[in-house]
Amino acid sequence: MSARSRSVALGVAWRGLHTFFHNPTLVVPSVMFPLFFFTAFAGGLANVSNVPGFDFPENYTTFQFVFVLLQASAFGGVFTGFAVARDFEAGIGRRMMLAAPNRRAILAGYALVAMGRAMFVWLLLTTVAVIAGIQVGGGAIDLFGLYGLALLLNLSALMWAAGIALRFRSIQAGPLMQTPVFLIVFLAPVYVPLDLLTGWVKAVASVNPITPIVEAGRDFISGAPVDALLAYGAVLALLVVLGTWALRGLSRAEAAGG
Amino acid sequence: MSWGETLTQIRAIAWRSLVRTARQPAQVVPAITFPLFLFAINAAGLDAAAGLPDFPAPDYLTFILAVPFIQAGIFAVSGVGADLARDIESGFLDRLALTPLSRTALVSGQIAGTMALGIVQGIIFVAVGLAAGATLDTGVTGALVLIALVVAIVFAFGLIGVTAAFKFGNGEAVQGLFPVLFVFLFLSTMALPRDLLTNDWFRVIATYNPVSYLLDGIRSLFYGGWDAEALALAFGCAAAIAAVFLPLAIRTLNTRVVRT
Amino acid sequence: MTSSELPASIEVEGLVKQFKKGPRAVDGIDLHVDPGEIYGFLGPNGAGKSTTVLMLTTLLPPTAGTARVAGWDVARDGARVRESIGAALQEAALDPFLTAREHMRLQTALHGLPKGERERRGDDLIERVGLADAADRKVGGYSGGMRRRLDLALSLVHRPRILFLDEPTTGLDPQSRASLWDEVARLSREDGVTVFLTTQYLEEADALAARVGIIDNGKLVAEGTPAALKAEIGEPGLEVVPAEDERRDDMARVLERFGDGECVHHERGSIGVRLQGGDAALAGVVRALDAEGIGVASLQLHAPTLDDVFLAKTGRSLEGAGEDEEEDAAAEAERTAEGVPA
Repeated sequence: MSARSRSVALGVAWRGLHTFFHNPTLVVPSVMFPLFFFTAFAGGLANVSNVPGFDFPENYTTFQFVFVLLQASAFGGVFTGFAVARDFEAGIGRRMMLAAPNRRAILAGYALVAMGRAMFVWLLLTTVAVIAGIQVGGGAIDLFGLYGLALLLNLSALMWAAGIALRFRSIQAGPLMQTPVFLIVFLAPVYVPLDLLTGWVKAVASVNPITPIVEAGRDFISGAPVDALLAYGAVLALLVVLGTWALRGLSRAEAAGG
Repeated sequence: MSWGETLTQIRAIAWRSLVRTARQPAQVVPAITFPLFLFAINAAGLDAAAGLPDFPAPDYLTFILAVPFIQAGIFAVSGVGADLARDIESGFLDRLALTPLSRTALVSGQIAGTMALGIVQGIIFVAVGLAAGATLDTGVTGALVLIALVVAIVFAFGLIGVTAAFKFGNGEAVQGLFPVLFVFLFLSTMALPRDLLTNDWFRVIATYNPVSYLLDGIRSLFYGGWDAEALALAFGCAAAIAAVFLPLAIRTLNTRVVRT
Repeated sequence: MTSSELPASIEVEGLVKQFKKGPRAVDGIDLHVDPGEIYGFLGPNGAGKSTTVLMLTTLLPPTAGTARVAGWDVARDGARVRESIGAALQEAALDPFLTAREHMRLQTALHGLPKGERERRGDDLIERVGLADAADRKVGGYSGGMRRRLDLALSLVHRPRILFLDEPTTGLDPQSRASLWDEVARLSREDGVTVFLTTQYLEEADALAARVGIIDNGKLVAEGTPAALKAEIGEPGLEVVPAEDERRDDMARVLERFGDGECVHHERGSIGVRLQGGDAALAGVVRALDAEGIGVASLQLHAPTLDDVFLAKTGRSLEGAGEDEEEDAAAEAERTAEGVPA
């Protein structure tokens, strides 16, 4: 990336993060939703780990922590996509396009915003989880593996949402960004491992790319053998496909004059 | 004012409320599809939980079927709240204030539309649940009691929406209640019965949460045969919520409509 | 005494409204409206017009003072007052999801009209305000003028003897405005309805009101028939636009020598002043401006308007009067300085 592009990306990133951190109406839901889901799932469903056939070495809190971490990362990407939509709706997108010779830098900037927001949420969520008593069986590399998956998932979700945002350039497209992500995240082994799912939901989860990511995340944190290849393969594939989607969206936005 | 006149007024306001709800698909469609959607995901995703020892329901689907009925109540809050906030912002409430309309008639009339929607939701959820394989042990009578309970829940929650609308006076603030109510729903016996809540503090919260008793009452109509205690508690909780929020609704109405 | 025997009048004495924060919105108003009269309450935004109307329609309790509407005290006998009045307030208070006919159905039911009469009355009123064609369309799709008309029709459902109209034509196009004026005039003339009308348009007050009360900062600064108020002022108003903006202050200085009172700098770029000595003094003004080499872009002389009355009483021009004055000016003598021989 040229120096000019780098400064564009950093400029977009700085603005996005500044807006986020100075706006309680953005920060509070980003933090409260994951914390709340974590509390409700880990607390309310704690007994589910006693279901016959539930095969996970650590406690249910840990089991749910992984899901909530990944879910929050995915939704965080979508929420950053909302910011893209808002910016382009308000005409700020147009200004950025005019200022930047390499428009991809703008997208890179938003990616940095998504990552910044995600890390903030991870910090808070992980702290609460530790206090709540998660059991970490894995080592540093395993944890790196887990957060790495979360990061790539976050970026993939951002790419999806940005692709929509750049095409519609209106915050009205919000539900269109959010609903598919919600679906794909929840049609996975949310409450129990994959082999305890039955019926149609098992069938769907078995082909859902999120499934290997979640399962690998759980294996990472418990220090169990991980099919890292499958998981990283899945999330990278998502990133590539959705990244292309986003870049095409960028071209559409350019063609429409921002 | 005579009873006849009050009744005419309630009928007029209720009719308007019904028409208004029916003409807002953006309000009606999510209120029906969203709960069914979550029901499908959770019923399938947690199916294995029925394998826990002492699980009371025949299957997890029948257990979680109670949840959409509570969500109907939650949608009632935002629906009523949004409609009333619009009346306040447009000045329509002032127009109503200038007529001989009594405060009680105004408040209860506003909820009528959402209550009708509640009946529709109730019928649809029962039908879908039965089609998906749940059984209603208490039969047709039970179905009627269920609809009555749903109406009571929607009425009570509707009053919460009315209070919020009068208090805040604008639509956005009322929408902010939506997540708060979902929190109440989650921190209950939504996903597991109280006896199977192993997490101590969660169990305590669920025990004090009136939503748990609403859920248990609904469940009692699906399996386990007639349970007078569960039903009494459920109707009682709905009545208690209504008893708390009806006077609050009238009090906040008085701050909004300062009619001499 | 039954309500119908009480006079359909409005009596206000020392009416005050003090909100918790800020100055008094209404600061001691005395006024009187006779039965069947159209009374215009004229003043700029924020003068206290709407607050007064809210108090008179029982929607806001007064802080002090008394008001009797249709013979009933607004603070004590609110319900009786409401029986006798109709109100079309600032926002056309309608439900976008209902049709005009459905609005009527609701309104007639709430006012306790007997069942058989409701539909007839509703249709009559809809017909009367010219909404028969759109009666079954949802109000959300109505234009501003249509909404105002429905608003007016709804306020007449229970045959009130006193009608309150708060800025009824603000934001309307000239046709809608004219037709609303016609209807209000007819209500007063044929049905003997007492009308209390607030407006910021002096043209409206001029056209409709038998008597006008001018309000500024919560106080009544003038009251009387439009003709009498204008006659009080007597002198015509002179309005000049400088050719060069830098000479504005010089021009004001010159004008003030010929004027009765201070100059007013209007938003539209002109400078206004009361011309002492009437039309004849105009030549003197032109000569003086010419002597100092101050160019004039345009110059107008007009008979006193209610804005001039407002100006005389408060030292300020009435907002929103601009467009109306331009319409008036077309009918007045207009000369440009270039064509006037020195």
